[in-house]
Amino acid sequence: MKQKIYFREVLNNGTGYYGLLALLLAVILVGMGATYYMEHHGHYVTGMNNQIVWGTPHVFAVFLIVAASGALNIASIGSVFNKKLYKPLAPLSGLLAIALLAGGLAVLVLDLGRPDRLIVAMTYYNFKSIFAWNIILYTGFMAIVIVYLWTMLEHKMNGYTKTAGFIAFIWRLALTTGTGSIFGFLVAREAYDAAIMAPMFIIMSFSFGLAIFLLVLMAAYRWTDRALGDVILFHLKNLLGVFAAAVLYFVLVFHLTNLYAAGHSGVERFILLDGGIYTKLFWIGHILLGNLLPIAMLFHPTVGKSRAAIAWASILIIVGGLIQMYVIIIGGQAYPLNLFPGMDVVSSFNDGPASGLAHSYTPSTPEFLLGIAGIAIALLLVAVAVKVLRFLPESLDDATVDPHASAAKD
Amino acid sequence: MIQKHDPQMHQSQPHEIDSARRKFLGGSAGALAGVAIAPGVLLSQVALAKPADQAVSSDNRWGMLIDTNKCDKGCDACVRGCQTENGWGSNETHSAETQTAQWIRKVELRDKNTGHATSLPLMCQHCEHPPCVDVCPTGASFRREDGIVLVDKHICIGCRYCMMACPYKARSFIHEALQDQLPVAPRGKGTVESCTLCVHRVDKDGENAVPACAEACNSEGHEAFVFGDLNNPESRISQELAKHGGTQIRADLGLNVAIRYRGI
Repeated sequence: MKQKIYFREVLNNGTGYYGLLALLLAVILVGMGATYYMEHHGHYVTGMNNQIVWGTPHVFAVFLIVAASGALNIASIGSVFNKKLYKPLAPLSGLLAIALLAGGLAVLVLDLGRPDRLIVAMTYYNFKSIFAWNIILYTGFMAIVIVYLWTMLEHKMNGYTKTAGFIAFIWRLALTTGTGSIFGFLVAREAYDAAIMAPMFIIMSFSFGLAIFLLVLMAAYRWTDRALGDVILFHLKNLLGVFAAAVLYFVLVFHLTNLYAAGHSGVERFILLDGGIYTKLFWIGHILLGNLLPIAMLFHPTVGKSRAAIAWASILIIVGGLIQMYVIIIGGQAYPLNLFPGMDVVSSFNDGPASGLAHSYTPSTPEFLLGIAGIAIALLLVAVAVKVLRFLPESLDDATVDPHASAAKD
Repeated sequence: MIQKHDPQMHQSQPHEIDSARRKFLGGSAGALAGVAIAPGVLLSQVALAKPADQAVSSDNRWGMLIDTNKCDKGCDACVRGCQTENGWGSNETHSAETQTAQWIRKVELRDKNTGHATSLPLMCQHCEHPPCVDVCPTGASFRREDGIVLVDKHICIGCRYCMMACPYKARSFIHEALQDQLPVAPRGKGTVESCTLCVHRVDKDGENAVPACAEACNSEGHEAFVFGDLNNPESRISQELAKHGGTQIRADLGLNVAIRYRGI
């Protein structure tokens, strides 16, 4: 008979737990210091300029926001698609989704030219702007997932979990579509102007979100001495491999489509062939280290069963995802706008792809520190929440989560 | 609620009333031949400067025609004229060259096949369907009824999405605190700005206005700019466009810009 699953707060009170909190807090404080420095002086102290208007903070922010919706997937698989194996993981999944979104939004807001005008962004809406829609999608996501978590954690509300989970699932699809469309709707930018951006971002969210979820799950169970069985872990890592492969497929279709359009061959050549740092980051960082290598590790018959290998594959997918965002966001802006096709262009404002010069951008330390602080905010929220509320099952060993599977294995 | 916060919607009300009135007048004209003079009266009205308390209307569409054949390669008088008029170009002391604002710039083109060289000034093209206005989350980026695209510096949050969306790279972000601003062109750290088509001059002088870039070009004797009302078939800009035609940069995007070029 299947054992009942008990959820329990993290009971650790040692230096390990408080050391982790202190470390995350320190990273956040450093990031806030960097933000104050950038906002006090103005953006001239960053690497951003009038050509590369979105820099490293946007890479982190968009990555975290995309990963947030993906982190909710595990809960959706349980609640919406009724896979019992994943149900015990649903609370952590929802928590991580909220935390990652909070971290990403913090970075996004703190990089505004006028972060002090956040209230303006919340009171003035241009409903034709996908950005304005995203503000609603993000806040709505937070609210819906909080209700979803409530239905999971409060026994009396358990009956509503499926409904809440279904709404959250639909909402997260809308959210990532919105995030992808921020880029997909930019008709004048050859690197972005494509409807496939939205579904590609959804697939990317599956991969990034699950990679972060896996790492957090493994770390949490290791540091709290709780059992995490092979059954659930191997299910998750196989899923991660499939998601990472799906990202590759979408990237392939995106670039093939662009290559077919003669007008877009310039930007494709830039990213894939002679874009210098962006070409290297694309092939080595994103494709090789961020996708092919972790996919091979996860599906390898022996390596794929090693917990260290699964953790490293997750880390590679996260780093590869950040690199992919860097190539999309910064590489896409580095390729100059093509105002005069067929012409060599020279100006005092860095015009023209035909000049052969990509717009230059060197990430600055404060930008990077702000981005890292976003990750720390997300992790700190998770670390505190699992201590005060019952998010984690006491045990996820094979006999608890799926006695049939463990029996079959014996 | 929505209308209250949307400058475009807000300003469209007078336009709707006007068109209803014109339709009424038009109908009357059909019935009574004696009132046929009404459209003529209307035209001479819009050609004059409007009183300061009267809302801008879509009866006008301000634009410029730039003849690149008259534009001298080495000359940047228009850029300097704009800088003097609007107070940019010298007060961003900390920003790198790639970070300083440029409301208008000179662009040199060379045809890859023929080698034919062209020189032209490039600034905000004041699109009829401006992508910057579409994407702006707060509505800070807006288009007036008379076609001038502006940024409301009070509600710009500095997200820079408009700069991502603008096909002409016409907008600049202010990377540092500024001193010595001019009353006609308030600017601020952390907000986005661009060519205003010298809106303060247009509001004062209407069809007789001359934007600072055009004025500077004229004083150099080049006279490459023609400013005027694209909606008024009698205006010089409309007549020149009707006679010689004009090109829109990236016309393929379908934005119907108000800045037209000849010779490219």
